[in-house]
Amino acid sequence: MTDASIYSQSNAHPNEASFGDYFALLKPRVMTLVVFTAFVGLLAAPNGIHPFIGFCAILFIAIGGGASGALNMWWDADIDAVMKRTQKRPIPAGQVTGDEAFAIGMALSAFSVVFLGLATNWFAAGLLAFTIFFYVVVYTMWLKRWTPQNIVIGGAAGAFPPMIGWAVATGGVSVESVLMFCLTFMWTPPHFWALALFMRKDYDNADVPMLTVTHGRRSTRIHILVYTILLAVLAIAAGFTSIGGPIYLTAAIILNILFLHGAFQIWRRDEDMAEADNFLVERKFFKLSLLYLFAHFGAILVEATLSKLGWGIWA
Amino acid sequence: MSLSKQHELHTRRYGRNVGVGLLLAGVIAIIFGLTVVKVTNEDFTTPSAQTVSQ
Repeated sequence: MTDASIYSQSNAHPNEASFGDYFALLKPRVMTLVVFTAFVGLLAAPNGIHPFIGFCAILFIAIGGGASGALNMWWDADIDAVMKRTQKRPIPAGQVTGDEAFAIGMALSAFSVVFLGLATNWFAAGLLAFTIFFYVVVYTMWLKRWTPQNIVIGGAAGAFPPMIGWAVATGGVSVESVLMFCLTFMWTPPHFWALALFMRKDYDNADVPMLTVTHGRRSTRIHILVYTILLAVLAIAAGFTSIGGPIYLTAAIILNILFLHGAFQIWRRDEDMAEADNFLVERKFFKLSLLYLFAHFGAILVEATLSKLGWGIWA
Repeated sequence: MSLSKQHELHTRRYGRNVGVGLLLAGVIAIIFGLTVVKVTNEDFTTPSAQTVSQ
């Protein structure tokens, strides 16, 4: 009997991980947001870089984001097993072990940071390393299980990619890249609190101190409205800066009116009304929030492209 | 017992092995591409013969 036959017999269980299971550790859906916002940050920057280096930079940022997702799944495997939304993730589903997720997360983190530094500049690489650290250590290990402000502060991790994209091209930080950061940062709380409202049992069962659990659902509805108002002011104000323009401003005004309307409806409702239609308004608001962010960054991308083609009106 | 050509292990892990193979090929392509772009960049300077001899 060879070593290989022993290995095949001892591991021949139906839960053996496929390549897709390892890929799922990288949270591909979150990665699309990271890729898109980093791409916009890169293209909105005033100076250009070689297209292949730009492609590689976005790839390394995506890998860094994926690595932090794998480390998040490694640390949160106990919570994921309890929550309905996350029960099918590779670790709670028994497809991948926690040790494997940890090894993949650490290896890809190091790979992405080193290669981003070699391909572009070490400031951007440092920002990526800080983002991974912030998401894994500050958010996942510390804030998430400790404070109801977890996603408010932790949201910063998801807001860094456009800043990294900008740093890839410029080697630094500027008002424009901070504005793009703020847009995602302020968007994150209403987005996740709407989710927490209609996935209500999940966070209760997992004992995660979400606002819905610690301060109640009425308070969460008020928080959604307040953050949406602040977000609308910021998003529309950004239209008057160099990343904005008439196209961005038009999109921002329409989207923020819709978003404010949704937040106002959520604020007006009580639990009986929400239960009656199975949280229809909250679900719609959550879906709109996804479109909201993509459309804002899409508009910034359009403005940046027009400006580079010499068709920018405000630049 | 040795591994036959069509051992169960081969079929079971086919997708995983192909995935790893493609991933490695991708890494090679990226490193090669980055090297070409960096070396052909105007800013790139080769060490002078004098520096090398020292």
